[in-house]
Amino acid sequence: MISEVHRSLAGLLITAVLAACAAPGDEPTISPTAGPTAAPTTTASPAATEVVLMTHDSFAISDAVLGAFREQYGAEVRVLTAGDAGSMVNQAILTREAPLADVLFGVDSTFLSRALDADIFESYRPPAIDQVDPSLRLDNAQSRVTPIDYGDVCLNYDRSAFTADEPAPKLLEELTDTRYRGQLVVENPATSSPGLAFLLATVARFGEAGDYTWVDYWAGLRDNGVLAVSGWEEAYYEHFSGGAGEGDRPIVVSYATSPVAEVVFADPRPEEAPTGVVTDGCFRQIEFAGVLAGTRRAEIARRLVDFMLSPDFQADIPLNMFVFPVTDVELPADFVEHAAKVPGPISMDPAQIDANREGWIEEWTNVVIR
Amino acid sequence: MLAAPPLAFVGLFFVFPVVSILLYGLAPGGVFDPAAIFDVLRRPFVLDIAWFTLWQAVVSTVLTVIVALPGAYVFARFDFPGRRLIGALAIVPFVLPTIVVAAAFLALLGPRSPLGLRLEHTIWAILLAHVFYNYAVVLRVVGGLWSQLDPRLEEQARMLGATRWQAFRTVALPLLRPAIASAAAIVFLFTFTSFGVILLLGGPRFATLEVEIYRQTAQLLDLRVAATLAILQLAALAALLFIYSRYQQRLAVRQRLVTRRLAARPVRTRAEAGFVIANLAFVGVLLGLPLAMLVERSMAVSGGYGLDNFIALFEGSARRALFVPPVEAIRNSLLFAAAATGICLPLGLLAAAVIAYRRGPLANLFDALLMLPLGTSAVIVGFGFLIALGRLPIDLRVSPLLIPIAHALVALPFIVRTTVPLMRSVDQRLRDAAAVLGASPPRAWRAIDLPIIGRAALIGASFAFAVSLGEFGATLFIVRPDAPTMPIAIFRLLSQPGALAFGQAMAMASVLMLVTAVSVLVFDRFRSESVGAI
Repeated sequence: MISEVHRSLAGLLITAVLAACAAPGDEPTISPTAGPTAAPTTTASPAATEVVLMTHDSFAISDAVLGAFREQYGAEVRVLTAGDAGSMVNQAILTREAPLADVLFGVDSTFLSRALDADIFESYRPPAIDQVDPSLRLDNAQSRVTPIDYGDVCLNYDRSAFTADEPAPKLLEELTDTRYRGQLVVENPATSSPGLAFLLATVARFGEAGDYTWVDYWAGLRDNGVLAVSGWEEAYYEHFSGGAGEGDRPIVVSYATSPVAEVVFADPRPEEAPTGVVTDGCFRQIEFAGVLAGTRRAEIARRLVDFMLSPDFQADIPLNMFVFPVTDVELPADFVEHAAKVPGPISMDPAQIDANREGWIEEWTNVVIR
Repeated sequence: MLAAPPLAFVGLFFVFPVVSILLYGLAPGGVFDPAAIFDVLRRPFVLDIAWFTLWQAVVSTVLTVIVALPGAYVFARFDFPGRRLIGALAIVPFVLPTIVVAAAFLALLGPRSPLGLRLEHTIWAILLAHVFYNYAVVLRVVGGLWSQLDPRLEEQARMLGATRWQAFRTVALPLLRPAIASAAAIVFLFTFTSFGVILLLGGPRFATLEVEIYRQTAQLLDLRVAATLAILQLAALAALLFIYSRYQQRLAVRQRLVTRRLAARPVRTRAEAGFVIANLAFVGVLLGLPLAMLVERSMAVSGGYGLDNFIALFEGSARRALFVPPVEAIRNSLLFAAAATGICLPLGLLAAAVIAYRRGPLANLFDALLMLPLGTSAVIVGFGFLIALGRLPIDLRVSPLLIPIAHALVALPFIVRTTVPLMRSVDQRLRDAAAVLGASPPRAWRAIDLPIIGRAALIGASFAFAVSLGEFGATLFIVRPDAPTMPIAIFRLLSQPGALAFGQAMAMASVLMLVTAVSVLVFDRFRSESVGAI
């Protein structure tokens, strides 16, 4: 596929040069340019020699696994990336009438409701769905989307910053305590997916009514010197002190699996991960795949969804995307050893998230930033 | 006639997509509702954001021009060892993805600042980063013209008793104004639509129209608000550009340009040496320090320094499969950049010829139109592609060609901006002389105009190539095949925890810096050869 890109680029260079030499005024640049690459995308191949997967930028899977799909079904998986999860869903909605791909992967619980309301998926119930934990099957009744993986957004802490006498926090409530003053860095829920997940966790945990609401909790965090930044990269690498981080704050909003990456992507590998996970107040993000409505390759698209639940694909997920597979496949040893087990993760109805997201973010902004 | 190809290009890949998405947002049922626009404009947050967007852009532009003019002078007028190298390195910041620049600035000004400065999440960090980014624009656009101004004009003024400053103010400055206005227009467009710098260095307290449009489009899918804000942004820029283009025409002064070799001379006095050294030191601190921080971070390995991160880059990792070997990312970047330059160089030269030779309101309008893509929200253009280009007979929406096309759209203004002032400044008497000597108009054009245009085209092309190498914003909002460019590869590496991932991201950023510097040096070499050929 890469070589196809190069070939068409070379073709483009030639056409551009030709265009430059051609007599001005005969509009040479547009139509010939379009020729070489557009052909394969518009020709519906009757034998379905390829299937197009639209996903977000964090998608990663081994070449060997995609090769196995090709061997099995004789079709190449062509991957299109479309920005972050929110941007991807919105692009799929805008192109509903003429979809860009056959299968969409990576819509999570925070954007699921919007995608379902916009009716961008065809119903499909893969046979292997019965092996998946029912708590992950959020659209079980209509089967428009299939859960593929899940991960938990949790607070991480720098092990070297805490001792037995001055322990790391165990509960969300403790973070408003002066012991942890100036130690927490979070992501802005308006621009960051883990930031939004953590906000949702606090809404679910502290509620919207009563003496002490989630807004009061955040006011407490603000008074205790919480720092809000735009994205995960900045929070983790620039402000967090643990692991690869270079900052001065020992607590950060990240993932339950971040310590695994701290071990796997370290040289030399440490015995124990340099970061720990606070397993209270974790928000569960589930990622789904679905067959896009209007695809002309529905048959092979369904096979791709089946394949994503197959042991090959599922077992390849953890070390590529640092999330958990939804079926019962053997986890890599690093995962078993270093990923945090979250006893009671928080989740929320996608419809409730969609209806309140803007309002909650607005309120959060007023309390924390203004 | 000459205007047709660039018009068709901008029409198809800019006007059509942007109008489509705006209509989609403002006339959802096919019925346009102007009240909806005013409804959005009345919200208090809109005024706040618009005001902040404007003032930070004005301040950033003024600061950049003031700070970079002495540098442009030094690089245009003096010959000193390493001039070409430093000149090439100065353009490197311009193409670095904001995510990398933010890492460099936070290392300098953040929690572990070696300078003891804590500027993150302040307006100062934003302004500093804008100057860092755009210094090269002023240096190259103004320096390009300055290096071809006849130095004897100033020398004559000095001989008549003017001080150095008076000679600059009364002789050089008026002649340079078109180039200064050109550079300022580009810097303004860039800072007016600033996105990554605001998000990453300004933090959540600051938002430009661009940031809010991104939020409304990519996160909230509220296209009504997004479209209204985009119109506000476009209207402001269109007004500015129209005024600018009229001003530019008034400013154009015909003059005899000389070759760079004649204009640049060795340092003569101690005061001149001091001035050159002071400027180089300033460039070193402003541009060199953050870049050095990046290199430092790319070499940091557990227990000291080493090349491990670079070696890991070239080995690739079997585990991250779609994360293609980084060498592949370098090749992709170079190919996209070559394609983008190939598309926009001929279009840009045609457009510049129209603007320079055909004056009048239509040419002004055309000029402003070509500049608009630079000042339009990347997410609006990207989402506009999705809506508009699906309606064409050939579906370009998922074609890999869309990436160089988007890059060409962004790079086109650079070619136009660097070429127009030079084309306009060609002395008509030279052409007349050629005609008197019996040259046909095409031949006179070849002999008089072409060499100067060639030089301008190379400056523009090196910018276009560099813009495409570092382009990240527009690429991010285009659905693209999995052929990551260097900035995308850096972005992906940075979204993984772990020391190796971070180290490799920094190593990739260092490679991007190197590739950019080398490309610019290569273009500069061509440029000096063409000068020598005159």
